[in-house]
Amino acid sequence: MTAPVPVSLLVNGDPVEAIVLPRLNLADFLRDNLKLTGTHVGCEHGVCGACTVRVNGEIVRSCLILAVQAQGSSVETIEGLSDSGEIADLQAAFRERNALQCGYCTPGMLITAQDLLKHTSAPDRGAIRDHLSGNYCRCTGYQAIVDAVEATARARAERST
Amino acid sequence: MKAAAFAYARATSVANALELLAAHGDRAKVLSGGQSLMPAMNLRLVSPDIVVDIGGLHELGGFTLKKDILVIGALTRHVDLLRSGEVAVHAPLLRDAVAHVAHPAIRNRGTLGGSLAHADPASELPACAVTLDATIVVRSAGGERRIAAGEFFRGIYETALSSEELLVAVELPVAGEGSTFFFQEFARRHGDYAIAGLAARSVVKSGTFADLQLGFFAVGDRPLLAVAARRLINVSITPVTVAEAVAALTDELDPQEDQLASAAMRRHLAGVLLRRCVATLLSRPELDVGVAE
Ligand SMILES: Cc1cc2nc3c(=O)[nH]c(=O)nc-3n(C[C@H](O)[C@H](O)[C@H](O)COP(=O)(O)OP(=O)(O)OC[C@H]3O[C@@H](n4cnc5c(N)ncnc54)[C@H](O)[C@@H]3O)c2cc1C
Ligand code: FES
Ligand code: FES
Repeated sequence: MTAPVPVSLLVNGDPVEAIVLPRLNLADFLRDNLKLTGTHVGCEHGVCGACTVRVNGEIVRSCLILAVQAQGSSVETIEGLSDSGEIADLQAAFRERNALQCGYCTPGMLITAQDLLKHTSAPDRGAIRDHLSGNYCRCTGYQAIVDAVEATARARAERST
Repeated sequence: MKAAAFAYARATSVANALELLAAHGDRAKVLSGGQSLMPAMNLRLVSPDIVVDIGGLHELGGFTLKKDILVIGALTRHVDLLRSGEVAVHAPLLRDAVAHVAHPAIRNRGTLGGSLAHADPASELPACAVTLDATIVVRSAGGERRIAAGEFFRGIYETALSSEELLVAVELPVAGEGSTFFFQEFARRHGDYAIAGLAARSVVKSGTFADLQLGFFAVGDRPLLAVAARRLINVSITPVTVAEAVAALTDELDPQEDQLASAAMRRHLAGVLLRRCVATLLSRPELDVGVAE
């Protein structure tokens, strides 16, 4: 009964078929089965945000989703967002503002920040902090991360006017 | 840590989910948003033999307005509650509360039904259900039961649900003309579970409370409708009546102690919330000061 189950989904736009144990979570599936190791695993109970990915366009904790639950959905990881150029400006701002230290939290921070910037064009620092409040940075780079997100929001707003 | 091995069944309909639950009893666990069940399984606090995934049952989602009742499907996610026009108009307390539930990535998956079934005493939505006199609709292979929210919560993580039942919907009386609401909590960080919280509903007429429901959470083993609220109904509200109500509340509460706060601190914070709530609902900021005359 605990037998492997087939699952098919899209990962960064590519169809993926696999046979997985029910207990395998999406974070481990991405990292171990698909070698997409940009998605990091910190706490495995939803607290740290390092494993944040997009499922059907919405950010989720991949440590709290079973790979089998992703059946039929479209998953986007940091590799996908990075390769498509969607967050190139945000990545550059992280570099420029010194928001990268060890980088462990960075994939989750980038995906979460991009989620905010997609929904809100001019978030203030309070809104940025609020949206990122579920992501831990163990290097405590918070100030610089908020700076980078704020700078990106400003630059995007200028470009669109 | 990783979850222990289990079998997985993707329910194809509510009837199918109920059959699976009837067949497996308490060896099965329902999986809706997974935002409480998965952490518990990863920490090996629970190890079901089989997980019944109801996540694909669209019949359990969405909002229906039936006269003066707003019916919300069990699978309605926190983010849907935040975005819903129906909730904003007919159940604004729920909208205010859900903004305090966890963080965006968790609100995208967590569901109303899951939050009520999980019955964490520090969680926001059970307190709202009690304050708003919600009815919780549950179904088993044998039929449907409707349970008043006040009787649904039995203790820490304990509800009136049996292992063969599915929570299918929540019915909320819509916010009546003249109802006003208050929601506040103390938490270490926005999105964390509350150290003490209050979800309140009132009807104010000529500067007094014609009605007042105070649903406290995180100060007991379940959401608690404070009896002390009755002292404030149909009386003129002065610093003295407020102080008396706070004293009565303090006697009534039996808060737990944990790493976040002592019982005394929780009692104190509940009193602060009561004062703020009364001052806010009556638009009388001077009552918040907390100094008796
Ligand atoms: C980091 C973090 C922070 C959080 N902070 C908060 C917070 O501040 N406040 C808060 O309230 N919650 C918080 N949560 C929990 C979150 O809100 C969950 O969404 C919610 O408690 C459970 O909903 P779910 O749909 O994910 O349920 P699941 O995790 O799928 O299920 C929870 C429990 O309910 C049972 N169940 C689920 N649905 C049904 C049903 N329809 N019928 C019968 N039984 C059912 C399951 O079997 C399980 O025992 C947090 C979670 C995390 C990971
Ligand atoms: S590993 Fe998923 S939130 Fe920490
Ligand atoms: S940069 Fe090290 S954890 Fe955030």
